Amino acid sequence: MGTSFTSVPGAGPLVGGRSFLSRLRQGDEIARLITLMFAISVVLVTLLLVFELWQGSVLPRHKFGFNFFRTSVWDPIFDQFGALPFIYGTVVTAGVALLLAVPLGIGAAIFLAELAPTRVSDTLEFFIDLLAAVPSVIYGLLGVFIVVPVMRSYIQPALKNALGFLPLFQGPAFGVGFLTAGIVLAIMVIPYIISVSREVLLSVPRDQREAALSLGATRWESTWKVVVPFARAGIFGSIFLALARALGETIAVTMVIGNTPAISASLFSPGYSIAAVIANELTEATSNLHYQSLIELGLVLFLLTFILNGLARLLILATAQRGSEMGHV
Amino acid sequence: MTSRLRWRKFVSGFMLTMTGVCALISVSVLFLILGYLVYHGGISISWNFFTKLPAPVGETGGGMANAIVGSGKMLLLATFIGVPIGFLGAIYLAEFSGATTAFVVRYAADLLNGAPSIVIGIFAYALVVLPFKHFSTLAGGFALGLMMIPITLRSTEEFLRAVPHPLREGAMALGASKWKTIATVIVPAAYRGILTAVLLAFARVAGETAPLLFTALGNSFWSRGWNQPTASLPAMIYTYALAPYDDWHRQAWAAGLVLLVLILVINIVARAILSRGIAVPRS
Repeated sequence: MGTSFTSVPGAGPLVGGRSFLSRLRQGDEIARLITLMFAISVVLVTLLLVFELWQGSVLPRHKFGFNFFRTSVWDPIFDQFGALPFIYGTVVTAGVALLLAVPLGIGAAIFLAELAPTRVSDTLEFFIDLLAAVPSVIYGLLGVFIVVPVMRSYIQPALKNALGFLPLFQGPAFGVGFLTAGIVLAIMVIPYIISVSREVLLSVPRDQREAALSLGATRWESTWKVVVPFARAGIFGSIFLALARALGETIAVTMVIGNTPAISASLFSPGYSIAAVIANELTEATSNLHYQSLIELGLVLFLLTFILNGLARLLILATAQRGSEMGHV
Repeated sequence: MTSRLRWRKFVSGFMLTMTGVCALISVSVLFLILGYLVYHGGISISWNFFTKLPAPVGETGGGMANAIVGSGKMLLLATFIGVPIGFLGAIYLAEFSGATTAFVVRYAADLLNGAPSIVIGIFAYALVVLPFKHFSTLAGGFALGLMMIPITLRSTEEFLRAVPHPLREGAMALGASKWKTIATVIVPAAYRGILTAVLLAFARVAGETAPLLFTALGNSFWSRGWNQPTASLPAMIYTYALAPYDDWHRQAWAAGLVLLVLILVINIVARAILSRGIAVPRS
């Protein structure tokens, strides 16, 4: 990591030595001020975004307080807004997504970082990057026309036959619902888990592997008991990153979750998510309270992703640093 | 060989094979997506798709010319917002800034980058659509531009920082002022990287639907000027896929194919530019 470049060495003192006027004449001061203006505008826009979300959700925060998150009546006609079904839907779909994506993603990352020859690994990583670039509406399109029919006719009946005694897999098979949304989300977040975990695993110093192998460990034992634990924090970082992405995902989920505000133990049941309800109702909000309740949901999403992204960055950075420190010893 | 060792070797081989299977499954998803889109989109796409307006409900045929132009207009606007702010901001971060300012700006950019796209949509709706009282190309372009800023900023900064120091010192030693060094030495040296960053940011927002739902809305006709609701390819796919008409489904597949090919081609081109190397000798 380019830590030696944190401040531009050489350039700073050279310019700093001259007087303000001479710098102005040479244009350096003008260039600095212009670029500063653009850099500051990024900060201002972000502050404005937070301010708008906070200011825009005053009404429901005062009227409902914490009950907004605890009640499950969402009724624009009687101005009653409780977000529990949406929160439930968001959490359940993201949970299903992680349950499927984490083992698959980490497995693939181990293959790319530990086993595959560099050229194979780079080629596969290129495909994974392309997969990450596929827009969510395309996932939604395939979800509606491919995944939903397959779920309805094959997977849901099969699950019901095999595991129907569990409350998770009961009820009619609509095709749309929590499980389908979770599966589509899993496919969408796998590339993120793979790319970040691969990077993190590659930053584990070589001697760690060699030490384990020379003690008589098999290839898998050295990977699973030495390399993976070394990179554990960074791998968790990749999972948080994927979680943040899954929580905030809108279009693909809206297309396959069924858009029914229901809390049901069954994964086959249609549901609703925070992002989906914003997408469907914001422009058609009937009252100010309705509109502001949707903005409060947006604020919740923003805060959640903010916290998860921050945690992820810290964990990934910690692992990368640990790797480079150990590497230099 | 003891049976214990044999067992350990078996476990090792088995688990390593499984990781390979995981990788294979993950990568094959890309080809499945491509395959489905080429198959369904290929039989639906025609010349009309690019040249005609959407047909009224019940009539077959028609195209999405207005959505293609609408997407183009909004992406142009987004580029004009996102690239200057991202690029010049990155120059400040890499060349002028002290540690504290740089930290604050980077933090804000990461916050903006991490915000779910639907939240960006809400923001643009409250900031542009409500005051102007109608959905517009302008609002859509603004929302997409916002999303381009942090992506351009962060990667441009990385590439500027990767320019070796002797180059800067050489220019300074020849008596060039700092802005001249930046304009004639540092930016040209990093231009491949910067171009890649801009292209990737463009491809990323080209497929965004959520921020457009409340800003550009959609339109079945041409949108004149910059102040009317505007159709876009991603929003059309969303609407058409959920509609109950078979003909609209075919149009959605065709639009999906066009959008995906566009985005993948931009991605591949961007990476090809970068892999040719930053035009700078390694120090």
